[in-house]
Amino acid sequence: MSNKLPDVEEILEGAVKKHGLAVVPLLQEIQEHFRYLPEEVLRKLSQKTGIPLIEIYHAATFYNSLYLTPRAKHQINICTGTTCHIRGSGKLIEEVFQVLGIGPGETTSDGNFTLETVNCLGCCAVAPAMVVDGKYYGNLTPGDVREILNKIMEKAAVEE
Amino acid sequence: MEATSRLAVPEDLAGLRERLKDRLDEKKPRLVVCGDTGCTVRDSRELAAAIEKILSEQGLSDRVELKVTGCLGFCEKGPLMLVFPGAILYQKVQPSDAGEIVEKTVLKNELVERLLYTDPESGLPVACAYDIPFYKLQNRALLETCWYINPLDIYDYIARGGYAALAKVLGGMTPEAVIAEMKEARLRGRGGAGFATGLKWEFCRSSPGEEKYILCNADEGDPGAFMDRSLLEGNPHAVLEGMIIAAYAVGAKEGVIYIRIEYPTAVLKLEEAVRQARELGLLGKDIFGSGFDFDVIISKGAGAFVCGEETALIRGAEGKVGEPRQKPPFPADVGFRGKPTVINNVETFVNVPLVINQGAALYHSTGTESSGGTKIFCLVGKVKNTGLVEVPFGTTLRQIIFGIGGGIKDGKKFKAVQTGGPSGGCLPEAMLDLKVDFSDLAQAGSIMGSGGMIVMDEDTCVVDVARYFLQFLKSESCGKCFSCRVGIDRLLEILDRIIAGNGSVEDLALLEELAVTVKDTTMCGLGQTSANPVLSTLRYFRDEYLAHVRDKRCPAGVCRSLFRYRIDEDLCAGCGACAEQCPAGAIKETDEGCYRIDHGLCTVCGACAETCALDAITKD
Ligand SMILES: Cc1cc2nc3c(=O)[nH]c(=O)nc-3n(C[C@H](O)[C@H](O)[C@H](O)COP(=O)(O)O)c2cc1C
Ligand code: SF4
Ligand code: FES
Repeated sequence: MSNKLPDVEEILEGAVKKHGLAVVPLLQEIQEHFRYLPEEVLRKLSQKTGIPLIEIYHAATFYNSLYLTPRAKHQINICTGTTCHIRGSGKLIEEVFQVLGIGPGETTSDGNFTLETVNCLGCCAVAPAMVVDGKYYGNLTPGDVREILNKIMEKAAVEE
Repeated sequence: MEATSRLAVPEDLAGLRERLKDRLDEKKPRLVVCGDTGCTVRDSRELAAAIEKILSEQGLSDRVELKVTGCLGFCEKGPLMLVFPGAILYQKVQPSDAGEIVEKTVLKNELVERLLYTDPESGLPVACAYDIPFYKLQNRALLETCWYINPLDIYDYIARGGYAALAKVLGGMTPEAVIAEMKEARLRGRGGAGFATGLKWEFCRSSPGEEKYILCNADEGDPGAFMDRSLLEGNPHAVLEGMIIAAYAVGAKEGVIYIRIEYPTAVLKLEEAVRQARELGLLGKDIFGSGFDFDVIISKGAGAFVCGEETALIRGAEGKVGEPRQKPPFPADVGFRGKPTVINNVETFVNVPLVINQGAALYHSTGTESSGGTKIFCLVGKVKNTGLVEVPFGTTLRQIIFGIGGGIKDGKKFKAVQTGGPSGGCLPEAMLDLKVDFSDLAQAGSIMGSGGMIVMDEDTCVVDVARYFLQFLKSESCGKCFSCRVGIDRLLEILDRIIAGNGSVEDLALLEELAVTVKDTTMCGLGQTSANPVLSTLRYFRDEYLAHVRDKRCPAGVCRSLFRYRIDEDLCAGCGACAEQCPAGAIKETDEGCYRIDHGLCTVCGACAETCALDAITKD
């Protein structure tokens, strides 16, 4: 991600050209740029397209993968699908809380980690599973989770 | 790679296939590495890279083929690899094994014994995948192809007979004949409801209007199932071929594949498959010179279970909020963009070319009287052999779980099997001889669903499982119907009460009454089936509910308010490892040099029990 803020007008222009008034693809495109759906941008979208703001919020809150709050640098997705549930994903969530002090849907105060739960990552055979920053991990124990998070934190500390 | 030129007439396909014959050379050494998510989690990509490096270093790249495929099936033992000739299965292969495999198996025709599967009964290694019970007991009519093709290469699919069904259809079958073939084959939808595919197509075909659509339901929302993902990742062209044939049969010119966003790899493979199919003229204008036009677009879901319901799917594909609507009108009359639409599941489409190629009679010689063909299940949970499993309709649950699945892990006892996902139910031991079929499972209080099959052992609490599904459905209900929105919430409240140890026997009757009300008064399938997990567990596991409400005990040791951890002082060696692990500081040393848990402080997290090397900490 570059540090320069994307130009809102330009993005909306492009998105509307591509998707017309289909609200979900519009929101998906906005989120690709900002990594979440900032309120100002949604207001502008409504003004520009005439789609009522309430409809935009309806869609934004309906779908699990659309976010109204900023995402952290590192995104942790723990699977809470059925198989992962019976193979102990609850304990992984508790471990993240132990290590980072955040529960599902929350972000650490330093803006480094967000924890989300997802409904099945499609690799139930290696349950319980999680994805951190796009990398999949399977057959996890709470100890593994601690180790993975510690590694990321160490790496981040070195980079800073 | 072949020069890309458009296939103008059906005969061009036969010509191309002839030129691709080399790819079927059974004698050519071939190394197949599973590239499906389950194996890539365990570094199969690195394995493929290591093999590639060694092959090129030793100048073998021309002589030995390396292929990264979709799911090979036996996920439990991943990362998996197959070596041809001989279909030798290597399991739990690490990148560091690459050298030995090339040196021994490829160059000297010797086996690397330590990577072979060991038959648990005889204790002997089994080399050929086809001899391993997990595979031998299946009928892999759809999945077999995934062993042999690179999903990113359309020519691999064509070499193995891909698009031949389409050529046959466009080369001389009428749409009516195609529909009749599907009907006679007794092909039923694999998305859950089991509706007859031929009939669905016929309704859409005879619905008035010129503009019609085909929708592929790749939303796969059941949290515990990945058959559709594996098909999309392993054999995307089969899905496309099925869709094109469906389009011809109903008279549609456009199709949409609605795929869930949690499957990024499947989306990439599908996009590439669409691109390649267009290049060869298999999608687009005047396919095979028949005058028939058809193309597809890919629409990405944004994460909502209810979008798998067909009327919600239509709205989702239109880029709207995916809330279901009242039926009728059915999608065959009023669907995508308000036009007649056929919606089928991914696996249903993959069956379509098979029906055409085999002919209806041969196709339905597999399966039962009412359902032709095979069904793919995701066999997961506490079973020994987890993975993708394909069996004819009519196979018993016992054959699947104990035959193919090898029974329960870690010497535990079987307790229940959950089929049908959040809309399904839990079946006990006594129902294991039930044949998998749409009607038999429904009669038993579960459903076939899309193919999730989750095995539970004695450590699984069925009350907790019922609560889990309700929690899931609560967060996924669109909220339109009062009794779904509020009813599921109230059911959940009662279960929460039971799990917290505050339930009463009357609560069970209340659960049943409310569950039936929700079932009867909701609009879409989500609400109508939401009570199944509760009703089926109450029906078969009433004792376990009673233990929770009457004895305030969770027999499986899952519900934390209803059991305790206890240190057996006779077994405790006094090492103190547990006290160190306990995040609540609840474990104290006693005067006798043992350790004891202070139940006032204990949060029942179980960290101590996991740490204890002597297994001195047990649930009570
Ligand atoms: C709540 C709900 C979720 C569903 N999810 C899916 C799904 O993820 N995939 C699917 O193919 N069908 C799903 N269905 C079934 C579809 O509504 C529809 O019956 C199916 O896609 C039709 O295709 P088929 O005839 O090929 O099975 C779902 C139904 C309901 C009520
Ligand atoms: S039954 Fe539930 S999910 Fe279905 S339409 Fe009604 S409220 Fe929505
Ligand atoms: S249930 Fe977690 S990956 Fe499927």
